[in-house]
Amino acid sequence: MRKAFETELQQVKDDVLVLGSMVEQAVLDSVEALKKRNIEASRKILEMDKQINIKRFEIENQLMILIATQQPMAHDLRLLASSLEIISELERMGDYAKGIGNINIRMGDQPLLKPLIDIPRMAKIGVDMLHRALTAFVNEDVEMARGIPIEDDEIDALYNQIYRELMTFVIADPKTIERANWLLWTAHNLERLADRVTNICERTVFIVTGEMSEISSSDDEFWKPK
Amino acid sequence: MTDTNYVLETRGLNIFYGNFLAVTDVYLKIPRHKITAIIGPSGCGKSTLLRSFNRMNELYQGVQTHGEVLFDGQNLYEKSVDPVEVRYRIGMVFQRANPFPKSIYENVAWAARIHGYKGNMDELVESSLRQAVLWDEVKDKLKQSGLSLSGGQQQRLCIARAIAVKPEVILMDEPASALDPIATLKIEELMQELKQNYTIVIVTHNMQQAARVSDFTAMMMLTGETRSGTVIEYDETNKIFTRPSDKRTEDYVTGRFG
Repeated sequence: MRKAFETELQQVKDDVLVLGSMVEQAVLDSVEALKKRNIEASRKILEMDKQINIKRFEIENQLMILIATQQPMAHDLRLLASSLEIISELERMGDYAKGIGNINIRMGDQPLLKPLIDIPRMAKIGVDMLHRALTAFVNEDVEMARGIPIEDDEIDALYNQIYRELMTFVIADPKTIERANWLLWTAHNLERLADRVTNICERTVFIVTGEMSEISSSDDEFWKPK
Repeated sequence: MTDTNYVLETRGLNIFYGNFLAVTDVYLKIPRHKITAIIGPSGCGKSTLLRSFNRMNELYQGVQTHGEVLFDGQNLYEKSVDPVEVRYRIGMVFQRANPFPKSIYENVAWAARIHGYKGNMDELVESSLRQAVLWDEVKDKLKQSGLSLSGGQQQRLCIARAIAVKPEVILMDEPASALDPIATLKIEELMQELKQNYTIVIVTHNMQQAARVSDFTAMMMLTGETRSGTVIEYDETNKIFTRPSDKRTEDYVTGRFG
């Protein structure tokens, strides 16, 4: 029963997945562009962000239409309401990629303070978490969704490491503050991205079980004193 | 004694049509001054259950009721209980508005008068029509026939008529299913007003309506080898429509039943 509606629900998931892959690409490309100091590539990220925003509004509109015309209940309602939340998380992740693109553009011809090693690792881990979080969402796999947020600890550890390393540069030569700050902001954007992956996982648990609760990683706040 | 928060309570309720067990093993508590909706697929016994709350089933031939329906702790099916008295205190509004072929005024005054009302009848008629949010539309034509009103107005007239005898509970069997969306909305808004003073139990096929108006929802279905109707889940309406516990409720409210 409700074949047409079932098809529409599947279409929503497919569209969220498409939006997700646009965001994944933008994040990886933004860090790669920074690493290679490729300004032209960063300008493309700004263009990608516009496409991400357009796609997000398209999906949002489709979700509104489904809610208005199908009056979803129970699981269907949770899926559509959560999808609204998830596309907004994805859109913000797209903004982080844009932010990294803008950092590269603003740096102009100043060289990187140091070669990028941990930042690309953060991006890779974050995007991998995002990819699996969206897979868990599409398959409504609660166990998978519950298992992802703990990996945020690794992101936080990398962030702390980057922070400490950049501070040694700043202490040694305060004139490096601006260049250190650019990289710190880049790392911060990636740290936030991983936090938003956790939000997506929480929505997936909600869709399946109806439980609305936070899945915390072992150390929620990266600045929490040890 | 029944908990005073509950005005009605069924215990082990079984209702037969002849040999056919239509409703089986219903244990349900209806909270006071709340709206409780009964939902479920056609033929699952919703209306039969509703009618058991004021012994209306006895007007249908061959219906037998076993078990208890407690009204403020008193079993309505005890021999000493007068079914007519029960129906004054637990009023009913039906799917199709059924005003008497009398004036608007008489429609409201009639039952109160038979019931021995000795107060100011004009005041009673006005206050009942006001509570039914119909007064402003009919105050200048109280002598006109109740049948001259629109369908939605007739239904509100029937509600005013039910209110006039000061019931504690109002049972509504698909009260808006024959009405257009605007008239339906008026009935639904009226229900929100009425629940300040009355307990309402509504049977509806319209799940959105149950979701909109009610505080609690009972989900009924045909179950077991006898294929008789019973309540499979009863909870706060918000929960039933966002995260029901029973898979069958989930399938029904999402339209995947069957």
